[in-house]
Amino acid sequence: MKFSEQWLREWVNPEINSQQLMDQITMAGLEVDGFEPVAGKFDGVVVGEVQSVEPHPDADKLRVCQVNDGTQVVQVVCGAPNVRQGLKVPFAVVGAVLPGDFKIRKAKLRGQPSEGMLCSESELGLSESHEGLMELPSDAPVGASLSDYLKLNDVAIDVDLTPNRSDCLSIKGIAREVGVLNSLVPEAPQIEPVEAVHSEVPDIRVDAPEGCPRYLGRILRNVNLQAETPLWMQEKLRRSGVRSIDAAVDVTNFVMLEQGQPMHAFDRDEISKGIVVRMARPAEKLVLLDGQEVELTEQTLVIADHEKPIAIAGVMGGEHSGVSAKTRDLVLEAAYFDPITLAGKARHYGLHTDASHRFERGVDYELARDAMERATQLLMEIVGGEAGEIVEVSSAKDLPKAHSIDLRSKRLADVLGLEIDRTTVEEILTRLGLRVEKLLKDGWRILVPSFRPDISIEEDLIEEVGRIYGYNNLPVTEPTGSLGLRVNDEATRPVSAIQSYFVSHGYQEAITYSFVDPKVQAQVDPEHEGIALANPISSDLSVMRTTLWSGLLKTVAHNQNRQQPRIRLFETGLRFLQDGQRIDQQPMLAGVVVGPQYPENWVNGRRTADFFDVKGELEGLFSLLGIEIGFVGSRHPALHPGQTAELLRDGEHVGWLGTLHPQVQKNLELNGTILMFELSLNSIITGYVPNFKEISKFPEVRRDLAIIIGGDFSFADVERVARKHAGERLTALRAFDVYEGESLGEGNRSLALSLFWQHPERTLNEDEVHSLFNGVIDALKEELGATLRS
Amino acid sequence: MENLEQLVQDGLTAVEKADSLQALDQIRVEYLGKKGAITQQAKTLGKLSAEERPAAGQKINEAKGQVEQAINAKRSDLERVAIEQKLAGESIDVSLPGRGQDLGGLHPVTRTLQRIEEFFSRAGYTVEQGPEIEDDYHNFEALNIPGHHPARAMHDTFYFNPGTLLRTHTSPVQIRTMEAGKPPFRMICPGRVYRCDSDMTHTPMFHQVEGLLVEKNVSFADLKSTVEEFLRVFFERDLQVRFRPSYFPFTEPSAEVDIEWGREADGSIKWLEIMGCGMVHPKVFGYCGIDAEEYRGFAFGMGVERLAMLRYGVNDLRMFFENDLRFLRQFR
Repeated sequence: MKFSEQWLREWVNPEINSQQLMDQITMAGLEVDGFEPVAGKFDGVVVGEVQSVEPHPDADKLRVCQVNDGTQVVQVVCGAPNVRQGLKVPFAVVGAVLPGDFKIRKAKLRGQPSEGMLCSESELGLSESHEGLMELPSDAPVGASLSDYLKLNDVAIDVDLTPNRSDCLSIKGIAREVGVLNSLVPEAPQIEPVEAVHSEVPDIRVDAPEGCPRYLGRILRNVNLQAETPLWMQEKLRRSGVRSIDAAVDVTNFVMLEQGQPMHAFDRDEISKGIVVRMARPAEKLVLLDGQEVELTEQTLVIADHEKPIAIAGVMGGEHSGVSAKTRDLVLEAAYFDPITLAGKARHYGLHTDASHRFERGVDYELARDAMERATQLLMEIVGGEAGEIVEVSSAKDLPKAHSIDLRSKRLADVLGLEIDRTTVEEILTRLGLRVEKLLKDGWRILVPSFRPDISIEEDLIEEVGRIYGYNNLPVTEPTGSLGLRVNDEATRPVSAIQSYFVSHGYQEAITYSFVDPKVQAQVDPEHEGIALANPISSDLSVMRTTLWSGLLKTVAHNQNRQQPRIRLFETGLRFLQDGQRIDQQPMLAGVVVGPQYPENWVNGRRTADFFDVKGELEGLFSLLGIEIGFVGSRHPALHPGQTAELLRDGEHVGWLGTLHPQVQKNLELNGTILMFELSLNSIITGYVPNFKEISKFPEVRRDLAIIIGGDFSFADVERVARKHAGERLTALRAFDVYEGESLGEGNRSLALSLFWQHPERTLNEDEVHSLFNGVIDALKEELGATLRS
Repeated sequence: MENLEQLVQDGLTAVEKADSLQALDQIRVEYLGKKGAITQQAKTLGKLSAEERPAAGQKINEAKGQVEQAINAKRSDLERVAIEQKLAGESIDVSLPGRGQDLGGLHPVTRTLQRIEEFFSRAGYTVEQGPEIEDDYHNFEALNIPGHHPARAMHDTFYFNPGTLLRTHTSPVQIRTMEAGKPPFRMICPGRVYRCDSDMTHTPMFHQVEGLLVEKNVSFADLKSTVEEFLRVFFERDLQVRFRPSYFPFTEPSAEVDIEWGREADGSIKWLEIMGCGMVHPKVFGYCGIDAEEYRGFAFGMGVERLAMLRYGVNDLRMFFENDLRFLRQFR
């Protein structure tokens, strides 16, 4: 809501400056979004009168004019097309300064002396309009300062109203608030009923009373719509950001801005028989005032005549039935439309109008008649004509009901944390127009006025009292209650511990969008289809991620394109899988690694990170979490077929670790060997609480062996077999060397292992260890075909 | 026996001249070894009379001791020199950088979230999570935002179908928490939220933290202290805070919170909108089966990126989601 401060001050004029006024209403909950002077900064501009216009001897488009500035007549060369004898215009005399520090000097234009400049609106910072000179009314006093004449010492204040405060979408409403804040009573213009001088009335039928509980119409005959809107009204409209069109439109807009009631004027001759307010019929079409043709839906409330729709109710009128300069008789409309019926309708047609904005939020349902009288009176002052009776069709059962709410003084004090004395409370409520209907033993019964549809429960009244009393005048106290102690689940580590782990291992945390490019995702997770957004912001952010890799790989690309060779990223967040009717939203942990394992340094600084670097880091994480995870060679469509591990915990799938498939890497235009992992967070965050075991006092025995195994067997196989036969006193088994070479034969590998035994209660004897060790060797030979390396 | 003195002299001279531990050892063998020159002198004792023997023996022992002492002293000298030489060869350039993994870093949003969570955890709040793909009921309806409500226009919502959407705020987690438990509640719900909006100052995804406190006796005054303390702790400054009436469908009364952020040209305080808050709307309690006459509550919500931008001086919201390493590395 944009309005002129001057206009507001005509209603209520507290002794505070503009800034204080704006601060005051902001702190009352009507947030001032901005303000601007209603004109550019200029000096030396007066009302001038063009006394004569002659062609310029040496220029086709210029004219030589004699202009009276109130004290003398000077020659001015002017190129505006609308300059003509008798015209009154803003005249910048020699010495004047226009916006942008533009000084007016004596000059010669194509040889002709010119002393001053005739101005357009845009040259004075009044509007963007470049359409020739600004034309002033013929009664403008020649020689008067333009600023004084137009009262330009004013600011346009823009208030960003919350959707509940529809009552402040008018000067009347804002004046009411300012009145409350300054203990002043606003002065509203007198509205007198306009007497009917003819008996012609519009034929109005309301077929949809739920959507239109009240409709008022009146016929104005013999109007002269060529009459110009008075300057004062044009200026008020302009300062409220509304363009002047013609007297009928201007007056309805003026009444809307002043009173808050959107109105409409139809050309009576374009209405076939009578007005019908109804829901639109299927596929009905209407050309709107803005020229677009819309196909109406059956949920749309329309104003129609007996043949066709002539307006979308509360949104915009039709072009055909709109008024024009030729209109002689018009029908004025003022109605109350139901906010729920109108909700979202304007948006459905790609529209947002001052009318729809107000009706959707709720207009004062008792306002239509006053607005009709105010508009009739103002309009007739401009365009003349004869008014008929107002016809009102209303449905009491569909109109909102006047209601009252009890406000308990204890509740008020409890919610605000302060007891406010009764007279202050009553004063606040009364000034807001909330009448105390009855004093109760412990509070008040408050009658809610028709202009406050937002007030429906006791809390709404409490807010009104708190708001006007001032939130910042309320006390500050500590909450006193307590929740008691909370459970601390030691076995479950917070995600922050995982994050810290990766940070200390050189990973940078990324946060990528949850919606991703389906083309990228098809590469990294072809087996799942991402859930598609109905209204994505762009096609590359149109499906929900099924894996965090989609976003992370895009991040890799972003950084590789910016000369970052070493990238180590992790992310935690949800992935989204459609699971039948259910949507599975699973917290995941994922990472990508590409480039040197360590930051470049002066020894071995350039070694590229490989599978086992990342595996080691994950194993470290699992130790931190106190869990055991198996890595099993497997296949994943996005990963290198020979470098993929499925991660299992107690046989259950937990996630993946692998090298990005070279083909996928190429398709995504990425460089280097890219290692990736993704784990289900819920599967790994819960480990165990440590349970102390006695430390053995007896020596540990170590035995090493080296075997050669075939390509069919993995280290995991060796470990499994060895552990099976090493007995219960085995404390550790480690691989300390792996070697592949031609000398071993195709596909064969040499594996060196060390095994550790220890007994908690005694020293293991040589024979025991020897027999266990031999048992392991025999089993490896037998079960895996291993040969002992000499 | 005359030559004993000479032997000692020769020995001492040899020790003096020895230039290595090996040479020194050679000298030791030569003079003090089993067949060493001085040791051999002891064999002559047999030829002496019983009266002469002790004195002669003592002389020999003294001679031995003299040479031995010299050898030990020389050995210490030589060893010290040897260590010094070794150390001199072992010196390194300590100014070279250390080796190993460097440090990564948390995303500035996470860093900010952790600070917020820490504050509220200490104040007894639990940290709750909820789904990001939400249903209309929890995102709107139960928060007193029915289908026709103009407040829906304030939320540019991403939809999957008419009843399923990406949550536009973390408030639905309040509803889910209240549905699942019994008052009192003290909780915050941090997380990703989504709005169908993207330009210089909007990203289609961002983070919020919403807080909720429900107890039998809680007031707007309690809300004020909670919010004020949080902001002062977060910014580590005794900044001025003001509460400005506003509107949220799920709180009544509602307020926007502004903080002091520099000065205007005229010296007045420049206020910056930082978060929203209010007393839980009785209808919201109604949807969650909580008696609004028995319990009251307050709720507050803040944008994490906004807090991070102010805290760290980041001037472009969009950088948070580009994940440019040159940006991220500044927050470790």
